Amino acid sequence: MSGGHSTYTPKTGIGRWIDTRMPLPRLVHDSFVSYPVPRNLNYAYTFGGILSIMLVVQIVTGVVLAMHYSAHVDYAFDSVEKIMRDVNSGWLMRYLHANGASMFFIAVYLHIARGLYYGSYKAPRELLWILGVIIYLLMMATAFMGYVLPWGQMSFWGATVITGFFTAIPLVGEWVQQLLLGGFAVDNPTLNRFFSLHYLLPFMIAGVVVLHVWALHVTGQTNPTGIEVKQKTDTLPFTPYATIKDAFAMILFFIMFAYFVFYIPNYLGHADNYIPADALKTPSHIVPEWYFLPFYAILRAITFDIGPIDSKLGGVLAMFGAIAVLFFVPWLDTSRVRSAVYRPWYKLAFWLFVINSIFLGWLGSRPAEGWYIPAMQVSTVFYFGFFLIVMPVLGLIETPKRLPNSITEAVLGKKKGTASVQPAGANASPETKG
Amino acid sequence: MKTVLKVIAAFGLVAGVTVGANAAEYPLIKPVEQDWSFAGPFGTYDRGELQRGLKVYREGCAACHGLERVAFRTLEDLGYSDAQVRALAAEFEIQDGPDADGEMFMRAAIPSDYFPDPFPNPQAAAASNNGAAPPDLSLIAKARAVERGFPTFVFDIFTQYAESGPDYVYNLLTGYEDAPEGYEQQPGTYYNPHFLAGTSLSMAPPLQEGLISYDDGTPETVEQYAHDVTAFLMWTAEPHLEQRKRMGFVVMLFLVGFAGLMYLTKRKVWAGAH
Amino acid sequence: MSVNDTTEPTRRDFLYIATGMAGVVAVGGAVWPFIDQMRPDASTLALATIDIDISQIEAGMSVTAQWRGKPIFVRNRTDQEVEEAQAVELSQLKDPVARNDNLPDAEPATDLARSAGEGRENWIVMIGSCTHLGCVPLGQAGDFGGWFCPCHGSHYDTAGRIRTGPAPTNLPVPVLEFISDTVIRIG
Repeated sequence: MSGGHSTYTPKTGIGRWIDTRMPLPRLVHDSFVSYPVPRNLNYAYTFGGILSIMLVVQIVTGVVLAMHYSAHVDYAFDSVEKIMRDVNSGWLMRYLHANGASMFFIAVYLHIARGLYYGSYKAPRELLWILGVIIYLLMMATAFMGYVLPWGQMSFWGATVITGFFTAIPLVGEWVQQLLLGGFAVDNPTLNRFFSLHYLLPFMIAGVVVLHVWALHVTGQTNPTGIEVKQKTDTLPFTPYATIKDAFAMILFFIMFAYFVFYIPNYLGHADNYIPADALKTPSHIVPEWYFLPFYAILRAITFDIGPIDSKLGGVLAMFGAIAVLFFVPWLDTSRVRSAVYRPWYKLAFWLFVINSIFLGWLGSRPAEGWYIPAMQVSTVFYFGFFLIVMPVLGLIETPKRLPNSITEAVLGKKKGTASVQPAGANASPETKG
Repeated sequence: MKTVLKVIAAFGLVAGVTVGANAAEYPLIKPVEQDWSFAGPFGTYDRGELQRGLKVYREGCAACHGLERVAFRTLEDLGYSDAQVRALAAEFEIQDGPDADGEMFMRAAIPSDYFPDPFPNPQAAAASNNGAAPPDLSLIAKARAVERGFPTFVFDIFTQYAESGPDYVYNLLTGYEDAPEGYEQQPGTYYNPHFLAGTSLSMAPPLQEGLISYDDGTPETVEQYAHDVTAFLMWTAEPHLEQRKRMGFVVMLFLVGFAGLMYLTKRKVWAGAH
Repeated sequence: MSVNDTTEPTRRDFLYIATGMAGVVAVGGAVWPFIDQMRPDASTLALATIDIDISQIEAGMSVTAQWRGKPIFVRNRTDQEVEEAQAVELSQLKDPVARNDNLPDAEPATDLARSAGEGRENWIVMIGSCTHLGCVPLGQAGDFGGWFCPCHGSHYDTAGRIRTGPAPTNLPVPVLEFISDTVIRIG
């Protein structure tokens, strides 16, 4: 996948035999051993590896849970409780899977934030970025359908509300909703198809991940300076340097994961989902899982009609727009400089965007009443403003700092302590130990 | 960076205002946190307390509330022997069948059976209780939670606060009081400012002092009953809690050590890079 | 991890080995629960004993109960059936071992050893799953008046012993106990 010339030389007869027929070991060697990575990658660049392992964790625990789960409205809740009580290590499997979904999203949000901060989406990595957004979309679909499976109150009403989005579509909305539900309301057909798709989508994610990694290995990684690799001293071989660093970051991530699983496994869940689904009683306050909250706030921020578009359709459009806008980021950013490290104003805007997103998430957990509504509206305007105004305009008017000539110069300069190119923020502090 | 901090501070101020705005929400009184033996990283269940809690459940709750996800066999976790569990199960009658003649029949429960429901179906339960079916209690300690609010919910991650359910149940059981002057009490409801979904609920105060006799000298007070039965209900909701926390300690210890080793290895490897 | 090792041994190697070992432990520890979850769960194991009421079973009648998902044959044999079975010489048997979990492994397959014991010779309790490939044999059928498996033609006698056909062993007798004169506990 590295595109360039291969340095793989099979040492054994069997190795040569395989290499001339199906050079898989060569592919692995070129992609994950000799593949050159910029030497100045910091820990913000380890989330790709973490996400891969989390996908594996989710698939493995999910396959195991499916061995004990019954996708039927009469048995789904009971089968989950059976997993929690009777199945050997069943409670562990379920808590790993449920919290694993949240960890997956934590990692993907940090991964996306890293991409936005260091301008990883800029040419020639537009396709790489778009594939990433597709993965993110598939993840959201998978997570949503997975949350329906335990068939608790939040599962049921979450499914009702989310599929209700489609009724906002003029003319065919109702028809589309019934198509998705397989009935007039969320019921057994819905649960069955969601289970089927929840099992399928992760493998589609894995497929797109292969494309994502392929695209990455064609263009090579970006790095905190945003300067392309120019010479051999700019890079290090993937193994052992990146592998060992990724492994270390993975273990740190697993410590956090284990902390949630073993000590506060229900912290990220919702108490109402321990009540079996009841089609006649809506919980007083329904909220989606935390990772959807910012979009939920955007949905509810549109409380007014916009011309011919009523507030319901407007909310749905705004919500989908909030994700769709990510596809256009490579072209919305007009700056010639990639990394926020050299763009003081963009750096500020980025951190404001992060804070605004967290604030939106918190608003998403609030009821749509009182001052929360104008706050949601202001926050939503800022969210879109960041992509549609700040990105294009700032790129044109901002004066970037002086860029180093090469990665090697940036690294050596830092070692001598002459140039400070450290980006602000905890999750993006560059590697200085290496 | 300073600007960033200012913005954070501004949001903090806004959040402070929110706490005030929420005050009108239910429950009127937030649950007061209790001491639980199962809280914290090394939490374990107190067997004596669970046994007392089971007694409270049987004598104080079982007439209306089911425990349908709990099998008698699991009561061995409470410190009972196999023979005791068999004897205890045999005190319950469950419906079985059909027999050779196609008739359903009643028989004494055996350990593999589950606690029988007090009502044959939810409709019957509702009909006997002024239209409000008493919920099954198997999961109640995880199925109820009072919102913690900002910033408490952030601190909860670090203090490992996971007893929102038990705290709520305890506070509800002990929280009945006379309605304030001028409050219009609906017939068949009871005033309780700790109730999650309003000011009054259909359940009469279930516990009174001396209602259930303890044979181990534990005080027979409403608070003690409520505490014991809540601990028992936490066990029914999360029977593997002890195992989980024990395993968690080993896993965390291992991961921290592994991380240390990996860090040293990483430094050694990277030492060759410059 | 040994990719970039040079000639210098000792501490660096030790560190790599220790880290590698920790990795192996991590993977091993993580894999076990995923295998463990496939074993029968607690609710399945709880069904490991059943009680069968035999008060209604007259001589010449049988009942079939279910235990661990398999049929249990409980037959109150007629005197004639018992005599027929007792008359069989051990040398005539394809499988001369009792296959009775209540008795030592090598116990010969006499009729007494196959039945529910002294004084209860008329009772025979077996797992009704053909020892060939697990089909359920038909009662009071076959060349020996005992059981006959329709799948591949195994004939069992009135004591459930394999006489002809592909089945290798006698129908097994599960662990059982008369907790009263009318109730048998299996398992």
